[in-house]
Amino acid sequence: MGLLSKKDANLILDPLADNNPITIQVLGICSALAITAELKASLVMAISVIFVLGLGNVVISLMRNIIPSKIRIIVQLIVVATLVIIVDLVLKAFAYELSKTLSVFVGLIITNCIIMGRFEAFALGNGPWKSFLDGIGNALGYGVILIIVGFFRELLGSGTLFGIPVLGDPIAKTGLYSIGYENNGFMIMPPMALIVVGIIIWVQRSRNKALIED
Amino acid sequence: MGLKSTLHNLKEKYKGTKMAPAFNAIHTFLYLPNETTHNGTHIKVADDLKRTMNIVIMAMIPCLIFGMFNAGYQHFAALGTPVEFLSWDAFYIGLIKVLPLVIVSYGVGLAIEFLFAVIKKHEVEEGYLVTGMLVPLIVPIDTPLWMLAVAVAFGVVIGKEVFGGTGMNILNPALTIRAFLFFAYPTWMSGDKVWVHGAVERDQMIAAGEKLDAISGETILGSLAQGKEAGYELMDMFYGFIPGSVGETSTLLILLGGLFLIFTKIGSWRIMLSSVIGALTMGLIFNGLVNADIISEGSKFYGLMSTTYWHHLLIGGFAFGTVFMATDPVTASQTNKGKWIYGFLIGFLSIMIRVFNPAYPEGVMLAILLMNVFAPTIDHYVVQGNVKKRMKRFKVKNA
Repeated sequence: MGLLSKKDANLILDPLADNNPITIQVLGICSALAITAELKASLVMAISVIFVLGLGNVVISLMRNIIPSKIRIIVQLIVVATLVIIVDLVLKAFAYELSKTLSVFVGLIITNCIIMGRFEAFALGNGPWKSFLDGIGNALGYGVILIIVGFFRELLGSGTLFGIPVLGDPIAKTGLYSIGYENNGFMIMPPMALIVVGIIIWVQRSRNKALIED
Repeated sequence: MGLKSTLHNLKEKYKGTKMAPAFNAIHTFLYLPNETTHNGTHIKVADDLKRTMNIVIMAMIPCLIFGMFNAGYQHFAALGTPVEFLSWDAFYIGLIKVLPLVIVSYGVGLAIEFLFAVIKKHEVEEGYLVTGMLVPLIVPIDTPLWMLAVAVAFGVVIGKEVFGGTGMNILNPALTIRAFLFFAYPTWMSGDKVWVHGAVERDQMIAAGEKLDAISGETILGSLAQGKEAGYELMDMFYGFIPGSVGETSTLLILLGGLFLIFTKIGSWRIMLSSVIGALTMGLIFNGLVNADIISEGSKFYGLMSTTYWHHLLIGGFAFGTVFMATDPVTASQTNKGKWIYGFLIGFLSIMIRVFNPAYPEGVMLAILLMNVFAPTIDHYVVQGNVKKRMKRFKVKNA
């Protein structure tokens, strides 16, 4: 990458695979289980978190030298809450149906451990540009997992992708359904999201043995 | 050249190659290997894992045969052209419906076991022998084969292999498979259409406009949960001439299988007995609530709560689960005191789930899976309790 130095590029690329917030650090699981039944919701959630974490990291990084360390958590909460409210209002204004699907989970981005984690672990100790890259990288890593889980859950659970039927019509019995295929109702339920995340963790660690903890 | 030496030669030929575990498994499944160990002291016993598994399978064979007869018997009875129970017609329907279930269950399950043995480079484990026989016995007769295959693959991989294979699993694999089917494809696992062969098909024909009578094959639990009469004689329930999953209807044969397991010391009598006690206790509590007029006839729980407490032992999969699945040595409690607690809670919770959750009338599956999760905790406290007791004794002695 000519645009970024190797060190900066790693800030974005590391969280995508070997230091993924969900599969390696096991953070942000709650929302990953709750909203991944549909790919569309996963995508919007991923974009929201990219926005909040990227911008939030920059804001915290800019203020890092003037925040008294005793009240830093409260300051962090105010920053993330402000950004989340912006996201929530934008969704309500331009994608009302979707914001209903996501319901409280947009608000719960505030409590997403990944965000507070990056504020604490990175933005408080690094400059704004690096913090921005780190925020984008971690949010992308989160989003990638969300989209993989959402893809399998929507495809196998509802037979659709982004709400578009891809396996045929289950009621009129066309496509795959004409030979007896049926949607897997278990995929829609949150426990299955946990299992899908588990399988991703399993596959990732058996490909890269260095990631296995004792 | 006999089969044994052929297998032995095959094994030698593939020694050290990738496929070695697969050939080893076939060889040792049929024969005792020729080679002996050369150093250290070894005790040779005949009841290794394969023999243990085979004894459990032998205990289940009567249920399987009975299930085949019953499948045909229920099918013709529902069609309105009843046949003798022990007739070729009845057996034939059962055979062509149940045998594919058995073949798919073993085929998919063993293929995955072999695959994992080759990948992980260890010997093929025998754990699937019993699971493969349990699975066809605890699913409805008309379960589509591809669904069974998907569920078996899920159950073996997620229920067992990810934890390290046979002996390391937390949940009973057969019940994991059934639970997966139950939650993934509820229309094929519950309701009044799936328990008798042909009912679903008949439904589709009616929907397509043909003038036929619908077949109803409601299980006793299903009827009771909806507050209807059971509609079967008590002795029918005991002998098993009732609709249900393939092999779990005959309490008599399950009882004989259970006695066989206890006699051969394969199954734990503590778990079986305490589970029955647990179920009876919960049944008596519910009967008591009805007698004390706390639950009136209008309540949605009335149907199952007013069922005479010991009838619960005869209906649904309680007997089968208790004898063949609660006693699974891997997932059950290991300590004797733990077994009493484990079994009691299985019985207790089975009946509770049955009554309070009419959507899942088969409580025994969920109860066993839940207690599987708690079995190590129970063991931990039993062992800790024992340690404490002995420490006290030690202190008194040395004071």
